[in-house]
Amino acid sequence: MNQIPALARVFAYLSLLTVGGGMAAFPEMKILTVDVHKWLTFPQLIHLYSVGQMAPGPNMMMIVSIGEWAGGLLGAIVTLIAFFGPTALLAFVVARSWKKLEKWPWRNSIQQGLAPVSIGLLLAGCFTMAKGAVTGLETGAIAVGVLLMLLQYKINPALLVLAGAVIGVLSFTH
Amino acid sequence: MTAPQTAAAATPKAAASIWDIFLEFLTIGATSFGGVVPYLRSSLVTKRQWIDDKEFVEMLSISQSLPGLNATNMAVLVGEKLCGLMGSIAAILGICLPGGILMYAVGIFYHLHGDHPWTTAALKGVAAAAVGLIMSTVVSLSKRALSHKFDFFFMAATVLAVNRLHWSVPRALIVVGILAILFHHPPRAKRVSHSR
Repeated sequence: MNQIPALARVFAYLSLLTVGGGMAAFPEMKILTVDVHKWLTFPQLIHLYSVGQMAPGPNMMMIVSIGEWAGGLLGAIVTLIAFFGPTALLAFVVARSWKKLEKWPWRNSIQQGLAPVSIGLLLAGCFTMAKGAVTGLETGAIAVGVLLMLLQYKINPALLVLAGAVIGVLSFTH
Repeated sequence: MTAPQTAAAATPKAAASIWDIFLEFLTIGATSFGGVVPYLRSSLVTKRQWIDDKEFVEMLSISQSLPGLNATNMAVLVGEKLCGLMGSIAAILGICLPGGILMYAVGIFYHLHGDHPWTTAALKGVAAAAVGLIMSTVVSLSKRALSHKFDFFFMAATVLAVNRLHWSVPRALIVVGILAILFHHPPRAKRVSHSR
């Protein structure tokens, strides 16, 4: 019944997987929140993540909604602290020691080596999400349309996600 | 050392109180629709001049190699630079609060009205658009951050490990990550520094 300890554990763990972006943790987040703890369904997770892209601020704030569903206001607060605490602490420690690391020859290697892996994790998260979100010709067209527009023009992505909502209402309400 | 500095600190350009930091990051957290980085730059570098462009780029590259979101890592790094521990806490709280409160409300609303046909239709479109958005992030990051042909191999290996072999993310990160770091090992003999 009391989900608070589980929320703290799961989101502190997911926190450390967000290398290169929140999406990197998405496959693991799906397994833990949907399959293991059943706090929400896979479509709900996709919906919350996508709506979260329209909110200002860090783009993984949808974790607050999951925390609220599983454990009310306390759940939301615990989830927020668990998800941002560990990486914030790490960033703080690195900020303090960065000057010393500057002369370390492997620093550059780590940066160059982690880049393709973190992009790979991002792509893996994208594929996991696409399995649930791109279910037919229409949704595929929306995804490709947004991709092409973002590559071609400087548009605020939040507006395109909002446009996706409008197209969704127009195409899928029958 | 981590005690809050007053606004009358020595360097006039970078003088910032805990309250200033909190308010500035709160504003960024409330207005940065569609991605935080450009808002961070215009606010911290252009408007407040708390850091310069070179520092900004350097902090951003640190933020990207660490676990954690760019937005919160940047908040911690900038807050630390300006006011130590209290600065970091003020900055991360500020940038997280508006979106957090909004998504708290959205979560409750979605729980109540999530199965309304209009909501499900809109969310279907939103989710598809979000997939396109992530793909575009993948493309632009690849253009910027990949320096070698083999990097695409490491990228593909990571995707296969997670999506096909169903490795856990940490396992993929450690195994492929170590291989990629070893591949990019520092030059053995210290010669002239390379041209990048």
